Amino acid sequence: MTTVLEIRDVSKTYPGSPPVTALCSVNVSVRAAELAAVVGSSGSGKTTLLHVAGTLERPSSGSVKVSGQEVSEFSDLELSGVRAHRLGFVFQAFHLIDHLDAVQNVALGLAYRGMPARDRRAAAAQALDRVGLSRRLRHRPPQMSGGERQRVAIARAVVGRPAVVLADEPTGNLDSAASAEIIALLAGLAADGTAVVVVTHDQVVAAAMDRRIVMRDGRVVTDTGGPA
Amino acid sequence: MSRLKPRLRAGDVLLGGLLGLRARKVRAGLSALGIALGIAAGVAVLGISASSKANLLAQLGAESNLITVSAGQGLDGTPASLPLTAESMIAQIPPVESVTAIGYVPGATVLRTAAVPAIDSGGISVLAAQPGLLSTLGASLARGEFLSAATVRYPAVVLGAVAAQTLGIDRVPPGTQVYLDGRYFTVIGILRPVPIAPEIDEAALVGFPVAGSLLGLGGHPTELYLRAIPEQVQPVVSVLSFTANPAEPEAVQVSRPSSILAARAAARSAYTGLFLGLGAVAVLVGGVGIANIMVISVLERRAEIGLRRSLGAARRHVGTQFLTESVMLSALGGILGVLLGAAATAGYAIASQEPAVLPGAAVAAGFGVALGAGALAGVYPAVRAARLAPAEALRSS
Repeated sequence: MTTVLEIRDVSKTYPGSPPVTALCSVNVSVRAAELAAVVGSSGSGKTTLLHVAGTLERPSSGSVKVSGQEVSEFSDLELSGVRAHRLGFVFQAFHLIDHLDAVQNVALGLAYRGMPARDRRAAAAQALDRVGLSRRLRHRPPQMSGGERQRVAIARAVVGRPAVVLADEPTGNLDSAASAEIIALLAGLAADGTAVVVVTHDQVVAAAMDRRIVMRDGRVVTDTGGPA
Repeated sequence: MSRLKPRLRAGDVLLGGLLGLRARKVRAGLSALGIALGIAAGVAVLGISASSKANLLAQLGAESNLITVSAGQGLDGTPASLPLTAESMIAQIPPVESVTAIGYVPGATVLRTAAVPAIDSGGISVLAAQPGLLSTLGASLARGEFLSAATVRYPAVVLGAVAAQTLGIDRVPPGTQVYLDGRYFTVIGILRPVPIAPEIDEAALVGFPVAGSLLGLGGHPTELYLRAIPEQVQPVVSVLSFTANPAEPEAVQVSRPSSILAARAAARSAYTGLFLGLGAVAVLVGGVGIANIMVISVLERRAEIGLRRSLGAARRHVGTQFLTESVMLSALGGILGVLLGAAATAGYAIASQEPAVLPGAAVAAGFGVALGAGALAGVYPAVRAARLAPAEALRSS
């Protein structure tokens, strides 16, 4: 399988007194169709790793390749293009826009690819069908349960067929039944060929993943499926 | 592999701004109101002054061929006399359509009754007039009738609008009398105001024959009103002095009342600048209000900004979104303001029976100023939103 995300010797230090080192020489490669968990206690650097991998933050040093493309020297516009075309995000707080319905929320990101509105709506409806919400297309987030909202967010992450989906504590606000549904959905995405990286401190979630990357103090201390 | 760039369609920029405002309707409406009031003030001032001007121009257009000829003032400040021949000589100038004479009766007072002391005459002057005065001045009667060939010989009087008010006479039942220069005259009519010749408003008009027989006026006119063919006004003006008084042309004053009205119009428009300034201050305050609301909006929507950045929005897209919302807010205010201003103009025009005129330039300027204010107000919030680091924005949920 091809490598879709490659993090080489990445460090991230936040300036201040004293400076805070969130990542220290981290190496992680993720292949297509892989389902990986990044685990660790809070402050271990797992969310920073996700942000750096997702081009939302620039590393202090090291290289990040998305779909084989080195992005360290990219401009803000080019990084945004990488996110629009290659990456999908799922957040603990869902980050849905309350006054937009499910279709509009899912279609939101496709606007930044210059896709016409009609095509966006069709793709969004299809993605919502894929996460089992074909009967909730016109519902707004406040009218849905937590599990349904997170499914809308997953539909939004995959509607553009990204190479990698990055999920930050996707089950953090959900009960165990809804969590299980979300994990099953993410596993299904991986089975269809999308690389899925899930940041979690939930051992049950981590246990459901093929690969576990354990972080402590900004370093990867265990990786059950490191680069071959 | 080529570098991919995000792309946002212009239609989606507008739609995004619209959706953002729709989510906060009350707030959007209130912050647009500030701009709206300023624009409304500006548009209304321009509209009202244009309406007044149009009305005045209509008046001037009708009155531009009216010319007055007088002999100036004597040493005691009372109007001097023109030669007896002046009226008939002027009537022979071909472009002159009509001419009518009035004669100032010196020292005559008009009182309600003989019991009123002469000192309380209220400044009403007595003028001898001809039946043709009404048509030459384009004046009309509020009550009763004007002097006729018959009544000019008898002690009958027609009161100007102001004179009638001063005397407390508002209708003319048979037998209404005033005490004019020591005897009772019967009031036969009251004139409507004559804007082009305000001196008539403050006068009591009697016939030349009766002025000669009872009030001691020698028949000399003191002022002539004449109408010339509009295209020939200037040539007529140039020959009037000689025609009226060939012996002393330099003692004759020729003027066009329409030029006095024009000067009055110019004086009135001086207030326009003041009110436009007040409108500008209101727009400025409205703009600051919009900037304020937009800064708050950026703070409240940090999570949305982070989300949009994660979905592929570049800094410029986020900045454009907030700038668009700001301009849309002020455009809303501009539209509202223009409508309010137009309504105020229409209301004023109806109330003062003037034609309603809303200059296109005022509408365009009002809307343009609103858009400009919104764009300026939106710059700082837009820059703040664009500069927000995506990872930091996402953490603030």
